[in-house]
Amino acid sequence: MTNSIEELADADCIFITGSNTTVAHPLVATRLYKAKAKGAKILVADPRQIQMALFADVYVRQRLGSDVALLNGMMHVIVKNGWHNRQFIEERTEGFEEFLKVIEQFPPERASELSDVAVDDIVRMAEYYAKAKNGSIVYCMGITQHTTGVDNVKTLANLAMLCGHIGRPSTGVNPLRGQNNVQGACDMGGLPNVYPGYQAVTVPEIKEKFEKAWNAKLSPNLGLTIMEMMYGIEEGKVKAMVILGENPLVSDPDVEHVRHALQQLEFLCVIDIFPTPTTELAHVVLPAASYAEKEGTFSNSERRVQRVRKAIDPVGDARPDWQIIQDLSNRVGYPMNYGSPEDIFEEIRQVTPSYAGITYERIEGEGLCWPCPTTDHPGTPYLHKDRFARGKGLFHAIDYRPPAETPDQDYPFWLTTGRSYVHYHTGTMTRVSPHLEREMPEVLLEMHPDDAAAYGVQDGDVVRVTSRRGTVTTKVQVTDRIGKGVLFMPFHFAESAANVLTNTALDPVCKIPEYKVCAVKVEKAA
Amino acid sequence: MDYRSVLTTCPYCGCGCGLYLEVVDGRIVQTLPSKTSPVNQGKLCIKGWNAHEFVQHPRRLTRPLMRRGGAQEEASWDEALGAVASELKRVKEAHGPDSVAFLTSARCTNEENYLLQKFARAAIGTNNVDHCARL
Ligand code: SF4
Repeated sequence: MTNSIEELADADCIFITGSNTTVAHPLVATRLYKAKAKGAKILVADPRQIQMALFADVYVRQRLGSDVALLNGMMHVIVKNGWHNRQFIEERTEGFEEFLKVIEQFPPERASELSDVAVDDIVRMAEYYAKAKNGSIVYCMGITQHTTGVDNVKTLANLAMLCGHIGRPSTGVNPLRGQNNVQGACDMGGLPNVYPGYQAVTVPEIKEKFEKAWNAKLSPNLGLTIMEMMYGIEEGKVKAMVILGENPLVSDPDVEHVRHALQQLEFLCVIDIFPTPTTELAHVVLPAASYAEKEGTFSNSERRVQRVRKAIDPVGDARPDWQIIQDLSNRVGYPMNYGSPEDIFEEIRQVTPSYAGITYERIEGEGLCWPCPTTDHPGTPYLHKDRFARGKGLFHAIDYRPPAETPDQDYPFWLTTGRSYVHYHTGTMTRVSPHLEREMPEVLLEMHPDDAAAYGVQDGDVVRVTSRRGTVTTKVQVTDRIGKGVLFMPFHFAESAANVLTNTALDPVCKIPEYKVCAVKVEKAA
Repeated sequence: MDYRSVLTTCPYCGCGCGLYLEVVDGRIVQTLPSKTSPVNQGKLCIKGWNAHEFVQHPRRLTRPLMRRGGAQEEASWDEALGAVASELKRVKEAHGPDSVAFLTSARCTNEENYLLQKFARAAIGTNNVDHCARL
């Protein structure tokens, strides 16, 4: 997030898109309600009429994968009416002229045709957002999990810059992170192209710095992303894998393909707290301590670094992951000798400038938001205050591209996936929690009443859903929360994994798979 | 009776709510929201209120497992870690460091993520490190 969670409550217009906030980020949602109670305009664009849509001043149901068209249409309206922030654009940005050329081509009528959103609604959303004093944008996986994921994000940034809604309190472009420590995993260099603190592995000076700090020779080559790893296995290039606390056999698109790949590994080690479909394929499974059994830190969506504390001893013979990794490292001949997670954190501070000022002692209470370069720095609740990280903010000229797969005669429905309010990710933790499992014990496919009628399907009936990649069987919930011709399925359930169906088509830049759009057909199960 | 109340951070979503785990004689019996956390200010969602329920569940993995023949069997830590280390070394030597790949975890701590990518980069010598953030 460019801004902190609490600031959302003081925005006077919030545009929420691709985020089922009440379900996936309930405590962010409370700030949206607060803002609404204080008179803020709430705008929601989502293929499902999510709970937040019921409170919205404008709710639109855009066609799956048409976000760029919708947003470009809004920006066309803003520019045509002169609602953009000329001073901000002049002083803080570049690339405006190129961007204008593309925006020119999106009069609201065309945007409406592409996105299925009424012209009126496009104009109203544009006006509310542009005329707000402090406009915030909130988004989540509904924006990123597309072949156009990067385009979608850049287009949202265009919108914020166009109106000057960035770099001040209660503004900004705020992605909500799906899992609790996604932010931290990225910050710590859990990515194939960067070391901790987003320092590129391909820059020789940076590589040298880390070679010195770690006393090892490092690879100058970019690593593989998760989907590239799967293809690498099939091409015989990747032979062994270590998977820490992840369950790609439920979470990855096209699960059958992932299973096939992992089965071909010469060696697979999985470190986790529960048995999962992924641990079943492993040659060695190592039992890890859960969050309640170890010390450490998590970094939340607003970049706030907070403490995790040990409440009980690890169950059975389980061990904290850091001890497991340290032991492995010593055994392969690269010595590690940390006495505690705090020791590790002290090293993180040395090599990660944005974390340098954070210590366990300083985050004893509330935690601190990075960047926090020195121990007397108060932390940074909102980014891009006087300037962008790269100097001037860059407008990107982005045209609309349709999703990789769209419905046709054989697969006439759109399918989109997401979370439910009780379950989390692949369900390994929530589905063994009695109070949560009781709320939603099985998967339900959402289907519009008209479609249900056409197929002779009633609430609770069982159907087979098939895409070009696989078939799952699921019960149906008939609801007009979802649009006609579109189906929705949560992805937490291993026994009918939505990701058997989803498409592995990747965004060309950041390699996010297109979970949010694919084409399927439906048959009533006998 | 040993009673402790331990302030920590919710393991579920990216909000990062502060919560207390209430521990009686080594069992976590309840979760309570932190009133002073700037994130949740005394509130939690249904997942947070039940954040303790999975921790001591009987399905937890409690011993290392190794595949022998077709099936996974319990093994000692020494044996299991020894096997992982020697396999990683073998594959690295036979096919080069880039034949090994690592997935770190959006559910593990910063310290653990740091350590695994350092292990991959410094000990094995590959940048094949990713996680499921895109997912
Ligand atoms: S309590 Fe709910 S909103 Fe808060 S971090 Fe946990 S899952 Fe997220």
